[in-house]
Parts: sequence; C-alpha cells; structure tokens
Amino acid sequence: MTGTKQTYVGQSLPRLEDRPLLTGQGRFAADISFPGQWTMRVVRSGVAHGKILSIDVDAALALPGVHAVWTGADVAHIPPIPFRLTGLKTLEPYRQPVLAQDIVRYVGEPVAVVFAADAYVAEDAADLIDIAIEPLPAQVRATEPPGAFAEGLSTEPGVIRKGFGDIEAAFRDAHAVVSLELSVGRHSGVPMETRGAIGRYDEARDILEMHGAAKVPHWNRDTIAQMLGRERHSVQFFEGHVGGGFGIRGEIYPEDVLVCAAALTFRRPVKWIEDRREHLIAANHSRDQTHRIRAAIDAQGHILGIDNEFFHDNGAYIRTHAATVPDLAAAMLPGPYRVPAYRVAGHIRLTNKTPAGTYRAPGRYESTFVRERLLDAIAAEVGVDTVEIRRRNLIAKSAMPYTLGLETLGTHIVYDSGDYALLLDKTLAAAGWDELQTQLQARRAQGEKVGAGVAMFVEKSGLGPFDTVRVDILPDGGVDVITGVASIGQGIETVIAQICADALGVRYDTIRVIHGQTDRIDRGMGAFASRVTVMCGEATRMAANKLRDKALQHAAQLMQTGAESLDIVDGEVVRIGGGPSMPLRELARALPDGLSAEDTFESTHMVYPYGVHVAAVKVDAATGAVAIERYVIGYDIGKAVNPKLVEGQIAGGLAQGIGGAFLEEFLYDEAGEPLSVTFADYLMPTAREVPASTILITEDAPSPLNTLGLKGAGEGGANPAGAALAAAIDDALQRPGAVTRLPVTPMRLKAMTSG
Amino acid sequence: MKPAAFIRHVPKTLDEALKVLSDVAPDDGRVLAGGQSLVPIMAFRLAKPAHLVDINEVEGLQHIACDGKTLSIGARVRHAAFHKPVVDGPLGALLSYVARHIAHYPIRMRGTFCGSLAHADPSSEWCLVSATLGATMVVKSTRGERRIAAADFFEGIMSTALAEDELLAEVRLPLLAADTKFGFYEFSRRAGDFAMASSLVTYRLAGGKIADARVGVGGAEPSPRRIAEAEAALNGNAPGEDHFRAAAAAAADAVEPLEDHQTTGEYRRDLVRAVVHRALEHSI
Ligand SMILES: Cc1cc2nc3c(=O)[nH]c(=O)nc-3n(C[C@H](O)[C@H](O)[C@H](O)COP(=O)(O)OP(=O)(O)OC[C@H]3O[C@@H](n4cnc5c(N)ncnc54)[C@H](O)[C@@H]3O)c2cc1C
Repeated sequence: MTGTKQTYVGQSLPRLEDRPLLTGQGRFAADISFPGQWTMRVVRSGVAHGKILSIDVDAALALPGVHAVWTGADVAHIPPIPFRLTGLKTLEPYRQPVLAQDIVRYVGEPVAVVFAADAYVAEDAADLIDIAIEPLPAQVRATEPPGAFAEGLSTEPGVIRKGFGDIEAAFRDAHAVVSLELSVGRHSGVPMETRGAIGRYDEARDILEMHGAAKVPHWNRDTIAQMLGRERHSVQFFEGHVGGGFGIRGEIYPEDVLVCAAALTFRRPVKWIEDRREHLIAANHSRDQTHRIRAAIDAQGHILGIDNEFFHDNGAYIRTHAATVPDLAAAMLPGPYRVPAYRVAGHIRLTNKTPAGTYRAPGRYESTFVRERLLDAIAAEVGVDTVEIRRRNLIAKSAMPYTLGLETLGTHIVYDSGDYALLLDKTLAAAGWDELQTQLQARRAQGEKVGAGVAMFVEKSGLGPFDTVRVDILPDGGVDVITGVASIGQGIETVIAQICADALGVRYDTIRVIHGQTDRIDRGMGAFASRVTVMCGEATRMAANKLRDKALQHAAQLMQTGAESLDIVDGEVVRIGGGPSMPLRELARALPDGLSAEDTFESTHMVYPYGVHVAAVKVDAATGAVAIERYVIGYDIGKAVNPKLVEGQIAGGLAQGIGGAFLEEFLYDEAGEPLSVTFADYLMPTAREVPASTILITEDAPSPLNTLGLKGAGEGGANPAGAALAAAIDDALQRPGAVTRLPVTPMRLKAMTSG
Repeated sequence: MKPAAFIRHVPKTLDEALKVLSDVAPDDGRVLAGGQSLVPIMAFRLAKPAHLVDINEVEGLQHIACDGKTLSIGARVRHAAFHKPVVDGPLGALLSYVARHIAHYPIRMRGTFCGSLAHADPSSEWCLVSATLGATMVVKSTRGERRIAAADFFEGIMSTALAEDELLAEVRLPLLAADTKFGFYEFSRRAGDFAMASSLVTYRLAGGKIADARVGVGGAEPSPRRIAEAEAALNGNAPGEDHFRAAAAAAADAVEPLEDHQTTGEYRRDLVRAVVHRALEHSI
C-alpha cells in the first residue's frame, strides 16, 4: 500500500457535511432551544422617518405570558453598533442604535422589543404596543441633493475618492468621450434560513453565550463583549448550521445585541427568530447604486481614462460594513482592462430605507455592470464588435503581477496573476460563439429578437490578514482541524479536509473541521470575501505539514529509523519501500502531550480570480419577457480544491445574479414605504427561471501568493451576470446601450421595445 | 408571522357546517378549505378571524360528477384533481391544461376549486374558467340554497356575492360540445405566480367559420369576464392571424386595466393583447 498515495486536492469528492443535513439532523438557529427560554419579538417602525412622540406598552404588559417590554430608554446605555470593515471616522455618527432613540429612520427600524412566553403571545403583545410618530419628510433617492440626518449632519457622510494617472489630460486628448448613466436596483441576499439568535447567560461560569452565530463569530464576540461591558473571554459564540450567508447574515444587528443584553438582564435564555417579512425589511439590503460614468477613448477604442461618479444608497444607517461596498465599487471598477487614468467620486448617501451592507460580489456586481456597459458603448462608438473591444483593452499576461494603483479593504490592489485573453478565448470556444453569432443572425432575420453578450471581470478573494489552524490527532485515529473561520454552507469542512488530508497523509473522511466556536480557538477571521479556502486552506496546509514533520520525528525514534525514510499514508506511518508501520493514533497515544500542531498564515494582499460570462437570450417583444437560451461561465481560480463545489458556488451565484438582473428589487414609494415585503412582491428566481449553465473552471493562473495557487471561488457566478444579460438584451433588440438599469423587468423592457 | 388566536371547528356533515358557519359568521368566522390563501393572510395578520369552519372533513363535498350536461365540482375538490382530465371531451382537457398553470404542485395538492372562486383573486385561473364558460355557483346556508351565475358572482377584487354565512357548496360547469376548440395563455413573471394577465377562449367551427366564440380575460380587471368586442371580432370569421389579431386588439381596447406599482395600465393592456392573441393561437 505504500507509494500509491491518494491525492485529495483537485478531486470532486462528496461533501463531508451533508449527512446530518440530508438526514434531517441539521441544527439551525431555530432548532436551538433552552429550558425556560423567553421569546423576543421586535416592534418595528411603520414610518420611514419621524419623531417618536410616545410608546404605550401598558396593554402589552398586561397580556398574560408577557414578561417585559423594552424601548429605546431601556437600552440607551448600549452604544451603537460599531464598524467591522472600512470604518471611516466621518461615518461614526451614523451608526445604528439597537433600539431607536427619539427618531425613526426607516420602516422596519426596531423601536421596542417584547419578551414573552412564546412566539404567539409575543406577537399578540407586539400588536398592542402603540407607537405615536410624527412623520418627517422622507429621503428616498440617493441621487437627490443630500438632506439632514440629524442636527448638523448631512445625509452624505462621506465621498470616496480614488484615482491614478492624469485624468484631465486623458479627456483633453481623447478622440471621443462616451458617457452613460447606469443604475442597479436595490436587492440583497435572501438566505433560505432567516436570521436567528439565542442569548443565554450561564451564571455558574459567568459566561454569556450566543447561539446562531455565523460568518464572523470571533469579531462579533469581541464586539458584543465590548458593547455590553464584559471581558471577551466571558462571552462565547456558537455557530450551528447556517442556511445561507451571502454577506448579509452573521453581521451584528440590533437583534443580536438585544438577545444578549436581555439574557444578562433577565437571567433567562432569550430566543429570537426572524420571520420572512422582517427579514425583507430588517436585514441588510444592497446594490442600490447609480453611476455617471465617462470614458475617454482613442480612435481604436482604447481606453485613455475613466471618470466615475456614483451615488451609493446606503439606507438609513451605516452598519458594520461602513464604507466597504462603495469602496469596493470604486476600487474594482477598472477590472481586467488597461486604464491609464482613473478618477472616482463615490457619494455615500443615506436615505430612509433599510440600511445596506455587503451581498455576494459587493460593489462588483454594480461596478462590473457599469464597466461592461461602458465597454459595449465604446464598441458601438468605434464600430467594432463587443468581443474585439475587450481584446483591445485587456491587460496582457506579460503585465502580471499588475499594480492597479488603488487600495481597498486596507490592501493595495495588485492583480497577482492572470491570462485574461486566454480565458476569453476558451470561454467563447465553450460557448460556440462564432456559430452562435451565425445562428442568431439567421433567427433575427426571421424576426426573432435574439442576441448574445459577453462580460468580463476581475474578482478579489482571500482577504487576510491571517488565519490560524490547529490540527490534532485524536486517540481514536481521527483528526481535528480547528479553525476560526465559519461555514455558511459553502463546503469548507470538505475542502479544508481535502487540503489537510494531502499534507498530512490521512483519509479526508477521517478529518473533522471545527469552525465557528469561539471557545475552541482564541482568534479567527470568519467567512467572507471568498477568503476561507485561500486563507484557512493555506494555514491548514502549513499546520498539517508541521504536524507531519513532528509525527515523523517521533515515529523515527520509536521505529528506530531516519525520518526521511518514513512517510504517512492513510493515517499510518510507513517505511518507504516496505516494512513495519505504525498508525498515527498509536503514535499520538505513545506521546505524553499527544500529537498536535498549530500554524498561522498571514497575507497582506488579496488574490484575484477572473472570469468571463457569455449569455444568449430571447426577448418576447409582446410581453417584455426574457428567456435565457444559453449561459456559459469561464472562471480561473488558480487551483480548484474540489471542482464540484466550485461549480456549485458558481451556479448558485449565477442564480442570484439572474435574480438581480430580472426579478429581485426592493421597491419603495415616495413616502419611504417598502413595497417588497413578502415573497409575492420580492421575486426570487426559482429553478424555472434559472437555466442550466456550462461552467468552465480553469487553472491557468495559480496565485503566486500561496503554495497551492489558490484563489477564492465564491463570487464569480454572481458578479457579471447583470452585465452579460444586459449585453445580450441589447443585442437581441439590436440597440446598443438599451439597458441602463437593472433589474430589467418585463414592463421596462416592453417600454424599450415599443419606444 | 404567527396568526392571532382562533377557534377551529371541524364539522362532519353539511348541516352541521352550515349551522356553525351561521353561528360564527357575525364573529368574523370563515370557511377554511385548502388554506392556501387564507392561512398566509392569517400569518401576516391581515385577517384575524376568531373562528374557522374547517370543511375538510364534511361529507358530501368531495364529488366531481357529470350528468351529461354539466360537471359538478364539490367544495372539497382540490386543484390537483384536474391534473388528469375528469371528463372525456374538451372540458376535461381544458381543465387539465389550465390546472397546471395554478401555483406550484404542493399548493395544487391542497387548494380547492371552490376556494379559488370564493377567494376571487382577479388572476385566479378557475375564476377565469368560470366566468368564460358561464359557471353556476350552488350556494348554501341555514337560510336555504341559491344559485348564482358567474357573471353575478364576482363583484371585484376578492369580493363575491357570497354572504358571510354562506358556503359555496358546489360549482357547475356546462360541458363543452365535442367539437369545441379552446386555447389558454397566461403571463406571469415567474412560473407559478399569479398571472398578470390571462385569457381563455373557446369556439366552434361552422362551415370553417368561428361560432359561439367566448373570449375571457383574467388578471387585468377586478374580476375576470368575457369580452364581447373580441368575440364579435371572431364570430363569423375563419380562424387565422388577421382575425386573431383583431380580436386581441379589441380585447385590449375594451379592458379597464388594473394598475399597481409594478404595472401601468398601458403595460397591462399590452399584456391583454398578447395573452388573447396567444390563447387564440393555442386554440388551433
Ligand atoms: C405561492 C402561491 C401561489 C399561488 N398561485 C396561484 C395561482 O397562480 N392561481 C390561483 O388561482 N391561485 C394561486 N394560489 C392560491 C391557491 O390556488 C388557493 O388555493 C386558492 O386561491 C384558495 O383555495 P383554498 O381552498 O386554498 O382556500 P382557503 O385559503 O381555505 O380560503 C380562501 C378564502 O375563501 C374562503 N372559502 C374557501 N372555500 C370556501 C367555500 N367553499 N365557501 C365559502 N368560502 C370559502 C375562505 O373563507 C377564505 O376567505 C397561490 C397560492 C400560493 C400560496
């Protein structure tokens, strides 16, 4: 059995985490209950902007089964929720209090909470709470001149300015200037599992616990400890199964703080499970952004400069992400193209809508839509096709690594590796592009409105600054990998096990990956920004290598041979070339301190996967409906640890991208009343609206920044979907630039076809 | 999203059901059939009925019967019962074709034909079928029985001629002559959603010419109805593109379209033109 070592990295192996999920043994937030627990219900503002005159809680308190009611006054001592990322100082006065203090700023803002025996009584009581609010004028559009957030505070708390090159010269010397106004509608991640949090205080150990944690448990633990004035080790967070994250779930929201504060105050477990209507008005929205963009070009359509002004509708408060989304939109806009001069002014604007945060490919779904629309417009201006214009402008492989000259998320943007033109060729070939063009032309000649479009993008992934991993050999021969990242359902248990298995020499299904438990590891960065496989994966490989060396050293002594003549295969220390062997578990038992190793991977630069989407659509001119006829995605992620899971990430992201392109939109009326508060109004794509897609995963540009060459795979399915579909619709209508706004609803499209 | 408290009554006989209904009707008592519309409304607390009269165990309401002239559908008959034709001939085929457009499979397993009529959503497929084909509602209460023609039954968005203490016990659809042609088309943003506009057409051919045309339009106005102007554009003419187009245009002109924040009247009119045209194309 020696010599035939199996390799796990690169194989599409079944997911280790599926068994409990498929057999109904999953433990999601709502599955967690403690004896004697109270239910919390949030009473939310029904007014978009107004002054709270009075809150009458008497009738609610009188209802049997109601234990307590809190209003703003009861939590006035708790500070507003701080920033986790990109926290500009000027944004601080705009943070959200856990319950409204005097002023409400969006429909859905928590104004009071009821604590009751069960969810039914809690909701009955919530109905009885009478809140008198004097309405104030509502700001509902980020493109309108800013108003006042509070005395002396404008609703434009900041403008993101970045740039490089001589932008004035670029426009002065331009052969032509192409200008567009483009916007992406407000939509967001809508996970199947709504949010939930269970606070519990263990008086005997003086530990405050929060169950239902997700995404960034360590950061949230530290923050809640700070907000409630506790020492960080006296607060522990526990992650169960998570039914989808997408950026929005697992940030600290008012409800998380409230269950913890209430558990401490009342010495009772307090459980809050969000309902769907709440979710659609309370959890972070995203994507609501309007760009006014100009490109200076030469006669061949080469970009000389891009001037990008945009208005980011952040909703009513600045939440944990602070300026993350507009900052990424500003920094990632140049994408895969050579842009000699660039200037951006990103206006962060507050409106009386649900606060916004990150959603899968934050800032990039928006900026890719804008940039790729711009490329299509340049193509039309100089009269070349949309593929040719991209070829002319792509950054060459020889220019890698490519320093963009911008910063985001505290890192300099340096595209680490890439062969953009090669992936364009491969993806077009996979899509049968040339033949498709001929077919589409023939069908258009018959009167059909059919067309195809291309969109390209650069993603970012693997955000540091570090990840730490400990690997333990257990006495039963199992292996524990303990990490501070989190699982939001993306398959990290499997992927991390595959990496560990190869490095250590054990079977991947003997490995248990422990994540999201603050009492198991002291620090951790969590799961966001497509970082887990890259950061935790490399840390795992390093720790497993260390452990392997350690094991071989010890085994060499016991087996009376040199470590270099030993190997670990399937969990057994073997002699290369045959002879007696020793299972790792025996080695671990033989050592007084057991067998374990820890290591940390640090990184100050992100890694940059890149991709191409090709869409072909048919427009129904009579109704304005669009049918997607073909969808092909090429994505280079350096090294796919588990190609099947990468495909899953891409296919899922695509569904969300299609949602944002055609269906999903949080609409508001002029008074700031939300109009999309149920699944009858906020339309998620279903299996019927999402076509089968062809996914081409390539490994032509491994990252030089980690040993395996890894880049993240989480966001490339969503990123350019709006852009590619818009291009395909333009082509179907034979009207370049027709689509200026997402989502393209049938009514909007019908207006384009008849207009 | 927990409903307010209510008392659920589970009568076993029709008399018992009518008795409870008349007792609880003044106290916002309501019939619970498949619950596919009522239960979500209660979960959102848009309705807080104090009593539910659950008819799912009432004997004598589960029939689908045909007497050679009409098809009778009892109050417990679910949408899914029509997945396969319930009678030979065009009516069975029509109902089976239309049924597949109602919501999604799990909802069709619970929701009832009569519940759809009582609920009277403007977009309901069964309401459109009933209005187009001229159904008769058999309505019962402790006060007795009455019959209401479809044209008089639908009174607006989610509003019918039913009194609070009345049960829609049965709906009767006239059988269609064996040579009847039908066509149906609906438009919605996603498969399974309530239609933004829908159309059902039926007609016969006499010497190659359209006769007895019925053109029903749903989802466009507060209640589905037949559009006389469109029927006139068809009767006496051979089926084909010109007359289909004319009928579709006539229907689009005739409707007074509903508007909402996602749908202008103008767009809804465009949809009416499209769905009538496609229903007619489907009829060939
Ligand atoms: C996601 C979703 C999508 C849907 N899509 C569609 C669709 O595309 N097309 C469509 O037509 N429907 C659709 N529906 C609604 C579904 O078809 C319902 O089943 C139907 O509207 C009501 O029938 P029910 O038996 O469920 O009635 P219930 O929900 O039980 O009752 C509805 C109302 O009618 C009253 N009622 C019911 N039966 C009687 C009776 N016999 N006599 C007097 N009053 C009565 C009730 O008191 C109540 O007010 C959808 C529902 C959902 C949840």
